Amino acid sequence: MDNTKRKFIKNLGAFSIWGMGAGVLSQVIWTKPGLADFAEQSKAPLAAIRWGMVVDLSKCDSDCNDCIEACHFNHNVPEIEGTKEEIKWLWKEEFKNTFPHKSQQFLTDKRKENPVLTLCNHCENPPCVRVCPTQATFKREDGIVEMDFHRCIGCRFCMAGCPYGSRSFNWRDPRPHIKKLNKKYPTRERGVVEKCNFCSEQLAKGEQPFCEKVCKSDALTFGNLNDADSKIRQLLKTKYTIQRKSDLGTRPSVFYIVEGEND
Amino acid sequence: MYDKKLVIPGLILFLALVTLPFWASGGDENQTAKPIIKAGLTQCVESKDFMRANHMQLLDQWRDSVVRDQQRTYVSSTGKHFDKSLTNTCLECHSNKSEFCDSCHESVGVEPYCWSCHLDPEERI
Repeated sequence: MDNTKRKFIKNLGAFSIWGMGAGVLSQVIWTKPGLADFAEQSKAPLAAIRWGMVVDLSKCDSDCNDCIEACHFNHNVPEIEGTKEEIKWLWKEEFKNTFPHKSQQFLTDKRKENPVLTLCNHCENPPCVRVCPTQATFKREDGIVEMDFHRCIGCRFCMAGCPYGSRSFNWRDPRPHIKKLNKKYPTRERGVVEKCNFCSEQLAKGEQPFCEKVCKSDALTFGNLNDADSKIRQLLKTKYTIQRKSDLGTRPSVFYIVEGEND
Repeated sequence: MYDKKLVIPGLILFLALVTLPFWASGGDENQTAKPIIKAGLTQCVESKDFMRANHMQLLDQWRDSVVRDQQRTYVSSTGKHFDKSLTNTCLECHSNKSEFCDSCHESVGVEPYCWSCHLDPEERI
């Protein structure tokens, strides 16, 4: 070989060794960003709020609809017949549809008969936020997955992304279907997706969500999951809870107590 | 110029027709309707001149800061604190939407889409 060809192959070899070395080095020296952040987060001071809710199914009276009525009235949620066009922020669902990843064999009578109160889980890792093309649905610092109806284009990608069916689309103008209008809160218009917002307008005033407020059976507990002394954390420490489709990695903020002394 | 006798009068007529809206508007310089403000209340969020020019931008800023940043309190130029809400702050005082908001909007041909969601507290549903 002549001089320049030899030089070229030598350079090629040196470059590829450098490249492979750099790959190995990066694994050793730089930690993967995701892991480092999570480790840091678990050691960080619990100053930030993370809103969450515990639903105690043993206390929830299946004939009572107070929470749903309070939520839907205060937020001007329309009442439309049929599963295709209905809008729901808070609703009751059969056990086998709420927890399809759990075994359905030989369930207790109570679980077979009583529906489960369901709402948006305000996931820590929300798929709906991930897929929204306009960031009309976004995650707030306090953990609430909020809807910006001004920015929503109605593509419904979030509805496809949500594994829990928590989201409803306004197929038609909702106003004629609102039974009783709450003048203090806006409605939505045709063409946007809506869902439970953990009563962010109530939280802004320092008040509790409507569903928890009107529950007569003390079945709902709302609070700051990051505050170790909060009522919700005490509940989570003492009672075993399950979550909807927890294996998906969405890390929901809603927990369910299935068995209790009332069962 | 060829056909001077036709061209010049024609041009003058054309200019007259084109500037018709400016000189034939019926006399009153300020044609927009006078919005009726609810009497007996102290002070708006900002001054009249500021609001006339900027209420659109102000409402947009309010919308973005409330929804995206959760900042619900507005501090006006006079230092007063207001809740950033179209229905609960603005329409609390300017409660007659058709006399206040719509009178100007309709005369200038503007259709803000706020009302498809935000409620008019006095609207008879």
